[in-house]
Parts: sequence; C-alpha cells; structure tokens
Amino acid sequence: MKQEVSAIANSHLTALYQQYTGRKKFVILLLALMTAALSVIAINAGSMDVSPYQVFMTLLGRGSGIFDVVIWNIRLPRVLAGIIAGSGLSAAGCVMQNNLRNPLASPSTLGISNAAAFGANIAIIVFGAGSIQSSSADAVIINNPYAVTASAFMWAMVGTLIIILLARLRGFSPEAMVLAGVAIGSLFSAATILIQYFAQDVQVAAVVFWTFGDLGRASWKEVAIMAFLVILSIAYFMFKRWDYNALDTGEESARGLGVNVARVRLEGMFISSLITAVSVSFLGIIGFVGLVGPQIIRRIIGSDHRFLIPGSALMGALLLLSSDTLARTVIAPVVLPVGAITSFLGAPLFLYLLARGYQKR
Amino acid sequence: MILSVNGLKFKYPGRRVFQDIDFSVEKGDCLAILGTNGVGKSTLLKCINRILKPQSGAVYIQEDEIFKLSRNELAQKVGYVAQKHESARLTVFDAVLLGRKPYIKWDASPKDMEITRRTLKLLDLEDYSLRYLDELSGGELQKVVIARALAQEPNILLLDEPTSNLDLKNQVEVIDIIKKVVKSQQIAAIVTMHDINLAIRFADKFIFLKNGTIFEAGGVEIITPENIESVYSIRVAVEKFNNIPVVLPI
Repeated sequence: MKQEVSAIANSHLTALYQQYTGRKKFVILLLALMTAALSVIAINAGSMDVSPYQVFMTLLGRGSGIFDVVIWNIRLPRVLAGIIAGSGLSAAGCVMQNNLRNPLASPSTLGISNAAAFGANIAIIVFGAGSIQSSSADAVIINNPYAVTASAFMWAMVGTLIIILLARLRGFSPEAMVLAGVAIGSLFSAATILIQYFAQDVQVAAVVFWTFGDLGRASWKEVAIMAFLVILSIAYFMFKRWDYNALDTGEESARGLGVNVARVRLEGMFISSLITAVSVSFLGIIGFVGLVGPQIIRRIIGSDHRFLIPGSALMGALLLLSSDTLARTVIAPVVLPVGAITSFLGAPLFLYLLARGYQKR
Repeated sequence: MILSVNGLKFKYPGRRVFQDIDFSVEKGDCLAILGTNGVGKSTLLKCINRILKPQSGAVYIQEDEIFKLSRNELAQKVGYVAQKHESARLTVFDAVLLGRKPYIKWDASPKDMEITRRTLKLLDLEDYSLRYLDELSGGELQKVVIARALAQEPNILLLDEPTSNLDLKNQVEVIDIIKKVVKSQQIAAIVTMHDINLAIRFADKFIFLKNGTIFEAGGVEIITPENIESVYSIRVAVEKFNNIPVVLPI
C-alpha cells in the first residue's frame, strides 16, 4: 500500500516536471515559429513587392527572373545574416552572463567590438581602404571591404588574446576578466579616437559608416562562414549546458560537481569572443542583442541553460531580424542603422519585463 | 579505509593555515571537525575535495590519490556542500538533478531522474520541487544543497556547516538523515560544525583543530571540559543526559 502511494507520488512528480519542461519547450518552439514567420515577412519587405507565395516558389527553385535575383542574392542572405548573427550574439551573451557571473555582460563587455572597430579604423584610415562616392544613396563606400574585415577580425582576436592572457594571471576570475575587458576596450577606443583625429573627413565618414551595423554587407560567403561558426559554437555551448547550470550555483559548488571552472570560462570566453569578432568584422557593431536577448528569455523561462541557450539564440535572431526589417521599412527607401533600431526595439521590451519581474514558473 | 589524509599542509601567501594533518576515515564513519573560527576547518574540506591545492601531503580516497583523478571522477566519489550557497533561477528539481552532473554524458537518464526524485523525497522537498531557488528561505536552500550532494551518490560527503541556516527541527532531521544514509550505504561524512552538542549527536569521531594542527582526535571521550577550554578558551561543563554528553558553557 505504502509502495503504491509512493509510486503515485513519483508519477505525479514526473508528470509535473514534464509539464514544466514542456512549457519551456513550447516557448522555444513558439520562438522558432515566430522567427520563421518573420523571415518570410522580412523577405517580402523592401522596395520591390514580392508576395509570400512568390517567396515560397522562389525558395523552392520555381521563381522567375527578377524575383530569383532579388530574393536569392539580396534578401535571403540578409535575412539569414540577421538570424545567424542575432542568434550567435545572443547565445554568446547568455554564456558570458553565466561565465562572468554578471547580468550586464554581453559580447561587447570584453571590449572585443572596440578592438574590431580599431582594426577597421586602421584599415580605412591608415591603409586607405575607404573612400567617398557622392552619387548613390549611400554617400560613403568602403572600396576594399575585405581588408577592413580582415583587419577588424585580426584586432578583435588580438584584443581577445590580451584579455585571456591578463585574466589567466588571476586564474580566470570573473572580476579579472570584466576589468581586463573594460580596460582593453577603453584602450582601443582611445587609440581609435587618436587615429580619427589625424584622419581626413572622408575617412572618418567611411569609418563611422562602417561602425553602424548593417546586415546588407553579408553575401552568401559571409553567411556561410558565420553559419558554420555559430552552429558549431551553439553546439559547444549546449554540450556545456550542465556546467553552466553548475556555475550558477557558485564556483566552489561547481567544482564540487566536477566542473573545471577555469577551463569552462576560458573556452566560453574565447568562443563568445570569436562569434563577436566575426559578426562585428562582417556586419559592423550590433549592440544590445547580446545583452538583452538572454535577459528577456531568462525572465520567461528561467536560467536553466538546457533551455536558456536555445531560447537566447532564437530571441536574438528574432530581435535582430525584426529590427532589420523595421530599419528597412520604416522610412524606406532609407535604411536605418540596425544597431540603433535593435536598442529602440529591445530596450522598451526589456524594461517592460524588468518592471514586471520574473514569470512565476 | 575509505579516506586517508597524510601530512596535509596548506598556506595562503604569507599565512600558514595548517600543517601535519593526518587522519583516516572508515566506511560508516561520521567525523566532526571542531575548532574556532578561522582555524582552517573549511580549508581542510576544500583540500580534500581539491577545490584548494595543498602545498604538500596526500589525500587518498579508497585506493586513489585525488590528484590522479579527473574532476568528474572526483565528483563521483566526493559530494561537497559549501558554507555559502548562491541561489539561481533554477527549480529545486533541477538543482538536485545537478547532483547527477558527474554521471550525465549528454542528457539526464531515467536513473538520474529516479535518484533525484528519491533524494527530494528523502529530504521532504517534494512539495518544493518546482519552486525556484531564489524563492526559497535560507533553510530550504540549505536542504536543497544537501540533497544535491546526496544525489551525487558519493563515497564521502563533505559538509561545511550544513546546519547553520536550519531551525532546530530541521537541524535534527537533516543530520539524522545524513547519518542514516552514511550508515545504511556505508559511506563516510566529514562535517564542520560550531554547535558541539549537535556534533555529538551526529558524529562518532571528532577532531579538534588548534593552531593549524590536530589538537586531539578520537571518539566522544575526547569531548572533555579540558579539551574544549584549550581549543575554544571558554570554560564548560560536560554533563550526561540519557548517557549522552552535553556541553554547557559556565
């Protein structure tokens, strides 16, 4: 009789727990569906009218001439860049907030964006990779984007390595990493200001233009590189999800549960920085997604990284894609800098959730 | 012998904590480490669990030297409850399930779920299982952390002040549960405690630490007014109540 009662209690607890995890899975599924639906809207939106049906047919390879070109060469890479960069930055932010035990941590915390911007400045101003063109809607063009991207990426990685070496001296403590990141970020910002001070107006214009994040810079090649990196990184983050949960309960407890804390932090920081470096180098600075994506989803489904990592990735994709769609359509044909729109969209949503507090379950 | 500590020495830069620490623990033993604040009780536990690296000496768990084990292997043998707990936005169920982390390859198995359920039941936490840790009281959180260590199914439990946040009823209940688990599963527990009377109820072996070394070690017979006065610099009487010694400050 007693066994029967406890069996019922057990199955009741199992059912409750499954219900509880089921709700989290449902939120993730909903986010995925919303991202998919928004993708279709984003492909539709723009100066040429394309109906969802035409989008669908084109994606199936049954589109006609002009739709093929617009969708395959312009809109699809842009939409995919938004999904990939958004999910990568947000997943990286989620891991950084955990690893650095700091809710303010994001891909820009470690100064990687500043280092990448410095690299772009060097390429454009010192090595003359930027110039001006007055005829088109975009007054400024960068005539050697590969050099700019390569330089931005290289300096982002230099910044990453300096921070990792500095943090290593203090056993990868979160304080050491945050402080090293802030210091390195300021150092690169200061260097950037000095370079710009001695530059010509057109060069400064080119470099400021570069700094505004823009998903339109991504062609299929950039999309493929980013996708490869982001998919591998998120797979790695998911592999470490139990370690991140353990870290949330405190550093000593995590060690007691078999987590090699220093190594998990080193790898987490390095991979997050790599995502940031690649995304900033290809697309320019896109702030806020990495900070606010994980925070929004944390308030909805809690801090269990089994759900938080995929949830953050999808939230980031949704945020960046909706921001970009808005940036392209709100005062079309002018395309606003997506980085600014991300904050315009994300900040009120975040503030609302912050004011409302955590969802109960 | 389940644990053997030989010649352990630990110092922070510029400050010696302890040296020449030798003791061993048998299966089914409950050992209480007693001493004043700052004498190195917590540090000793952390050295046994490799959270801190001692300058010299060795720790053997069964046949294995702890530095030859991977962190994960060590976590399968040693469950650790730290003195301070951080609450996270995790549910009680998930927090206890984390105790299975050393065994989880990719995802929790039905066995992991079953052990988690059993441990929740053992500590009477079933009703809380879907509450978030940051909504619990200090005492409830402490029980969750103890449950997590038990879910690790360790050979040795290291508990740093496990009852500090618990009310009288929960103190007695929790230490009785730990004692029962230790005896029935033939594992061992090492506990640091400030409450000597609670330590007497829990432990069958005691170590007094003083001035960075073992002052006295043995069974309940070492709980004498003289030893306590030497270690804590306070005069006490040790009376018997139902044949159990009770320490009373005078």
